Amino acid sequence: MKLKDKLMSSYLAFEEQVDIDHDIHQVRDEAIKFFETTGFPTKKLEAWKYTSLNSILKEDYSIFPKKEDAIDYKDIKKYLIHDIDTYTIVFVDGIYSSHLSRTTHDKLDACLMSSALNKPKYKPVVDKYFNKIAPKESMVALNTAFANEGAYIRIPKNVAAEKPIQILNFSTGNESALMIQPRNLIIAEEGAQVQIIERHQSLTENPVLTNSVTEVFVEKNANVDYYKIQNDKTSASLIDNTYIKQSRDSVCSMHTFSFGGKITRNNLNFYQHGENINSILKGVTILEGKQHVDHNTLVHHTQPNCESHQDYKGIFSDKSVGVFNGNVYVDRIAQKTDAFQSNNNIIIDDTATCNSKPQLEIFADDVKCSHGCTIGQLDNEALYYLRSRGIPKKEARALLMFAFANNVLDSVKIPEIKKRITKQIALKLGVELGFNL
Amino acid sequence: MLKIQNLHASVEGEEILKGINLEINPGEVHAIMGPNGSGKSTLASVIAGNEDFEVTQGDIIFEKANISELSPEERAHRGIFLSFQYPVEIPGVSVTNFIKTSINQVRKARGEKDMPANEMLKKIREKSALLDMDRKFLSRSLNEGFSGGEKKRNEIFQMAMLEPKLAILDETDSGLDIDALRIVSDGVNRLKTKDNATLVITHYQRLLDYVVPDVVHVLLDGKIVKSGDKELAKELEERGYDWLKAEQVNA
Repeated sequence: MKLKDKLMSSYLAFEEQVDIDHDIHQVRDEAIKFFETTGFPTKKLEAWKYTSLNSILKEDYSIFPKKEDAIDYKDIKKYLIHDIDTYTIVFVDGIYSSHLSRTTHDKLDACLMSSALNKPKYKPVVDKYFNKIAPKESMVALNTAFANEGAYIRIPKNVAAEKPIQILNFSTGNESALMIQPRNLIIAEEGAQVQIIERHQSLTENPVLTNSVTEVFVEKNANVDYYKIQNDKTSASLIDNTYIKQSRDSVCSMHTFSFGGKITRNNLNFYQHGENINSILKGVTILEGKQHVDHNTLVHHTQPNCESHQDYKGIFSDKSVGVFNGNVYVDRIAQKTDAFQSNNNIIIDDTATCNSKPQLEIFADDVKCSHGCTIGQLDNEALYYLRSRGIPKKEARALLMFAFANNVLDSVKIPEIKKRITKQIALKLGVELGFNL
Repeated sequence: MLKIQNLHASVEGEEILKGINLEINPGEVHAIMGPNGSGKSTLASVIAGNEDFEVTQGDIIFEKANISELSPEERAHRGIFLSFQYPVEIPGVSVTNFIKTSINQVRKARGEKDMPANEMLKKIREKSALLDMDRKFLSRSLNEGFSGGEKKRNEIFQMAMLEPKLAILDETDSGLDIDALRIVSDGVNRLKTKDNATLVITHYQRLLDYVVPDVVHVLLDGKIVKSGDKELAKELEERGYDWLKAEQVNA
């Protein structure tokens, strides 16, 4: 059976498990209809021109995994930022794992989407925020149709979350192939502050397809600092759909570190609704083998005096493929916008591919918008310069690549993440220089 | 120390150096002057081992060993240093980390252990003071956003740290104001010992007032056409190169 047909029939089975009189069910119904009409995205769509899902859609995925999981903390410790105190929300094969998690309702909510969707006390919040900014796109609709579990995080007015919150999705290989669709909702109310770390990690060689949707609301003067760590097995693919709505005076930064996985597609949209907003998008992508990572970003400036900063770096070897499609829209009234976009890539082997497509649509006339993208080899002159100072060719190459990628880490605010990513970059590039840049 | 014999070198098939002979002894300062395009920078690059240039004939002997086939890093390990005419900007690597890496890689190649951290720090302080460099400067990305003068000072700082046997200064003076020129040449002079040698490549006689050469060579069209003492530099300053070109044609 084709995956689409399987999903359609699974939806009928899914309806039997959930309360179909619930308001949310109408949303799910509309979503599945939309997905049924549109189907999976293909390369014919401009936004999917460089990424084909064909190779991952042919697997016979289980849509509803078996309930039993038997993983211990020691199996997953290395995937956690474990050297600092955090809240953790852990899912195993799409199902919440209470013994691996540390959720809270003290001062803030860091808990489950399933509770938020089903418990009456959350109804006002769900009515206000759920599925309000996720666009009408087929992968998003597919997730909405099956939306049931994920992280629900709400930081009340003027509360600063004392520790970062980690959202972790593990897949175990209980199934021969597994599709999971986490749905996260994150709300930082006025003046609130929170740091979030998200990771999808397969513990098996069996194929895994994750289609995740996250909606983030950053209210007035709030601050959200978000990190996505993507370093999955080459049997696992991820379609990450993250939509962020910011209100006036808010700051939101997103760092995406893509070091692994089979196919990774990041749809990351920032919608600015108010003045004096700052949106920060940073990414480091280092790929080898046949890995494929596609960053599709959008920043929509709708009001005056806002900023956005996009800085994505990529290093591609072997037959890996990198895509960057960065969109910036500046509405007519969004005067004094300061929008910066940069995408720099290094191609190590002739067999690697990189597509970089900046797309700026500016309707205001008093703005500062700059963009630059480069695709190139390592700078030979720089290499010669380092070598002339006694640094051997291999080390000089590694040092240059390390410096190139490491530059993006300046804005990482959690030292443990910075340390870990720096180490990861050094490891990926085979650098052993014995100092921290 | 350095002996260059009948050196021919070309880039992309075009011959630039057409038979250079040059001998430099420990403790000496040599200057190479010549008009644009005469091959001065090519000579510097070829001695340092830039792989963009191909040596088609002749040999470069450094401390009795033929180094013509060695990589740039191997030449650096043996004690050759080139101060670049246009130092390369490297964002993401600080001046300090760069020089640490450089020194320890050179030591590693010579079979020595890494320089202890406190010794390194002390040396960095000492040598940066010698060149009147700000502490903040050392934590900035290598050459990124440096002024012309800062870049050249940073080159001489690296030279001071690495203590080469042979230092080649490729147009280190061009684009410097007189204060920067004084600091840079002062640095070069203080690094001079009876065991090391300096090869100064320049357009202008001005630098040679500060770094006084023992021998001045004139490079024209890929060949050394005249050598003399420091008075030759002054003569070139006054008369230009045309009289030498004329001599060439007549000969």
